Amino acid sequence: MSSAEIQNQADDGRKPVVIVDNVVVTYRVFASGKKITASTARVKRSGKLREVEAIRGVSLTAYEGDSIGVIGTNGSGKSTLMNAISGLLPIDSGSVYASSRPSFLGVGAAMIRELSGEKNVILGGLALGMSKAEVMAKYDAIVDFSGLREFIDLPMSTYSSGMVERLKFAIAAAREHDILIIDEALAVGDSDFRKRSEARMRELAANAGSVFLVSHSMKSILDTCNRAIWLDKGIIKMDGTAREVCEAYAAFVGAPLDD
Amino acid sequence: MSIAEQAAKFKLQKIGERPRLREYIRESWQRRTFAYTLARFNLQASTAKSSLGVAWLVLVPAMQIMVYGLIFGLVLGNTRPDNFLPYLITGIVLFQFVSGSFADGAKSITANASLVRSLNFPRVLLPASAVISNIYRIVPLVGLMLVALLALREPVTLNWLLIAPDLLLMSCFSAGLAMVAARLTVHFADLNQLVPFITRVAFYSSGIFFSVDKLAAGHPILKPILESNPIHIYLQIARGSLVEGYSYDLYQWGFGALWALASLTFGFVFFWRAEEKFGRNV
Repeated sequence: MSSAEIQNQADDGRKPVVIVDNVVVTYRVFASGKKITASTARVKRSGKLREVEAIRGVSLTAYEGDSIGVIGTNGSGKSTLMNAISGLLPIDSGSVYASSRPSFLGVGAAMIRELSGEKNVILGGLALGMSKAEVMAKYDAIVDFSGLREFIDLPMSTYSSGMVERLKFAIAAAREHDILIIDEALAVGDSDFRKRSEARMRELAANAGSVFLVSHSMKSILDTCNRAIWLDKGIIKMDGTAREVCEAYAAFVGAPLDD
Repeated sequence: MSIAEQAAKFKLQKIGERPRLREYIRESWQRRTFAYTLARFNLQASTAKSSLGVAWLVLVPAMQIMVYGLIFGLVLGNTRPDNFLPYLITGIVLFQFVSGSFADGAKSITANASLVRSLNFPRVLLPASAVISNIYRIVPLVGLMLVALLALREPVTLNWLLIAPDLLLMSCFSAGLAMVAARLTVHFADLNQLVPFITRVAFYSSGIFFSVDKLAAGHPILKPILESNPIHIYLQIARGSLVEGYSYDLYQWGFGALWALASLTFGFVFFWRAEEKFGRNV
């Protein structure tokens, strides 16, 4: 997106909260000595060090009140882009601007498995920047939201992956975030929890800046987002209203929309 | 209007940049409760699984003292330091604190990779928390050490109180070590293999079970090197305060404090300079 376009969009009165400008992320990894065919153009090779271009120049602007669904096939760069926007992953070129540091809520996140759910709630709250008093004040609300009260004193290693995700979402959603990035967090909850968390997400999006939702479920994107971007091989293939983009993507992958 | 100007107009900040040092210190201090809590919970988690639990924190050094006491008590002969058992006990207990902080600090980022990958907080809280966790371990151990010294009929003097400032200096020194090690093992995972080796070298060169003074007496080059070893300085202050027949020079407090300050300052700044890169490498 050129700077002129950004200016035009800004002129419609809405305040931009996140500007992503031509971001490139390249992973350098030590590969095992497997052969690479010429067709894998995104992979360059020098010695044992392989470079994988996960994001190849992405630009977008998110405005106040936007909730943006991010869709794309596995390996299209969705999680990498979200990590880069949240500042957790250093970018190779380009820049990201935001009204405040985005909060990231992703899979495989911040938990110590040997500890009870209760202690993880406290630790997670503190790590999110709440004070001890704030965490204690919100403790009951978090536990109730997660619906895990009867298991809260058990070590997290005994939780199912769905239970872990519920607790993580409950902790992150307890605080108001200016910018919230949710990476597949809702995929594992049961339908009752999914409804509650989608409602909470809409609430968060209404109260504050903006929400990014990475999901393979087009239904949850259609239900929660007003806008969507479709990432393909590290670049934006389409950016538009949630319905437009989901319809195009559904046609592309040959899946029904309500999947 | 360029994008940077656009961002400035709407008061957007650049994401993924390292905060300024002053800002970083302020933010780390603000979030210190997280470091304490993580340290306490980690300690509980580490002892929760074994049936003897917390008792291991005392049993391991006690067993070490027995083994080293037996082996080196017999082997060392006339190079054995005077008042050997109190000498050995103070050495092993206090060394445990430095080596534990170093080892836990070295893996503090890599072991908490999921935290680093998913949340924004000053990363320095992780090595800091590793040291705090070792402080929680050492305090009861020092208490037991004093009881053991009493049982060995060491006279109690007001000098025993000096173990507290000595431990404070050791904590600052260890925190610096932990921060340097934490950053280095993220860049070079291979260094984790070296940690036990470095610890061994420090163990043998700090005068835990032999007397550095006696050993270095005939070596004009070796002597200043061994004597400026910070761990040796802290041990000498501790023994001079606790164990009969040992003394230290007042200037050693100065050296000890200097080492502590230098290590902490260097470690913190060294760690801070990689703050924004930790997300990539873990």
